[in-house]
Amino acid sequence: MLMSKLLNRFLRRRRQGSSATAKSRLHFVLQHDRINLPPERMDEMKREILAVLVRYLAVDRDRVEIALEQRDRSHSQLVAELPFPRDNPAHGGS
Amino acid sequence: MAEKLPGGEPAPGRVITISSGKGGVGKTTATANLGLALASLGKRVVVIDADIGLRNLDVILGLENRIVYDLVDIIEGRSKLRQSMIRHKQYDNLFLIPAAQTRDKSAVSPEDMVRLTDELRLDFDYVIIDSPAGIERGFRNALEPADEVLIVTNPEVSAVRDADRIIGIIEAAEKGPGKLILNRIKIDMVNRGEMLSADDVNDILGLQIIGIIPEDELVLSASNSGVPVTLHAGSPAGLAFANVARRLTGEDLPFMNLQEKRSLLSRIMGFLQGA
Repeated sequence: MLMSKLLNRFLRRRRQGSSATAKSRLHFVLQHDRINLPPERMDEMKREILAVLVRYLAVDRDRVEIALEQRDRSHSQLVAELPFPRDNPAHGGS
Repeated sequence: MAEKLPGGEPAPGRVITISSGKGGVGKTTATANLGLALASLGKRVVVIDADIGLRNLDVILGLENRIVYDLVDIIEGRSKLRQSMIRHKQYDNLFLIPAAQTRDKSAVSPEDMVRLTDELRLDFDYVIIDSPAGIERGFRNALEPADEVLIVTNPEVSAVRDADRIIGIIEAAEKGPGKLILNRIKIDMVNRGEMLSADDVNDILGLQIIGIIPEDELVLSASNSGVPVTLHAGSPAGLAFANVARRLTGEDLPFMNLQEKRSLLSRIMGFLQGA
């Protein structure tokens, strides 16, 4: 009885609680607060960037990743992964 | 008197502003306790309530019935600085400049605060300003004269978010980087993964932590009685605030081990003893 209680307490310490959620929500909200660009606008920007890119490159849309990364409080960066095939059919197409 | 430089001239005191962004996280409690703790170390301290219209530091310090003049009276020249400062009952090296209750933030400008604190620096080792919540004029007033800013926050999403906002403003004003006081930590909740830890908050805000204050029921009793927790022997929060004060004086002091008290081993011991 005592042992099972102890075991429970011990195991509970290991489990991820709501603090992990708090942390990830804070990371998200602060990223946008710090650059003063709300998530909606950010998505809009990504769509526009992509729209420009596909005019020049046959970008594989499904594998595109544009993400906001924080280097420190005052320096954020956009990191984009834009895979496209070597043989680029979009080139010269316009 | 202010500490002497080798040359015999007193070193000018430091102006420390206590801010938070969000209200209700413990700014005034922190100001009162740090003021008292520094005074108990023999420093000459003046605490200023910059929350004009919402005066509170006086009641936390138990000095509410001694107020004659206030911050706005001093700034508008209706009272002399000397006669307006209220001496603490227990520490005669601690003084309070209370906020005006019937005026608003616009009665004071950032320049007024700089002039006032420049005068106070000559006589005091520490000038501690209790900033109002928010990022408006009242906060700007409290920020302008600061040599150093302490940001009080709770391990809570909204409080940390507001702290981040305030930190951005402090850095833009070139008053940064500032240091964090993490208030109302419940270590058993942290252990269960139900509360952000000091490491989490440090990681999110990227700011040095100067104090980790445990949740302590005595803080409420202390505000009821007007005797802050640093004056209660055996108050964990009081001890943690006293440690912050010592760190402010330059002492290199490790954080209180909150963990040890409720480690697995002591839980087992507690169980066995309780059984």
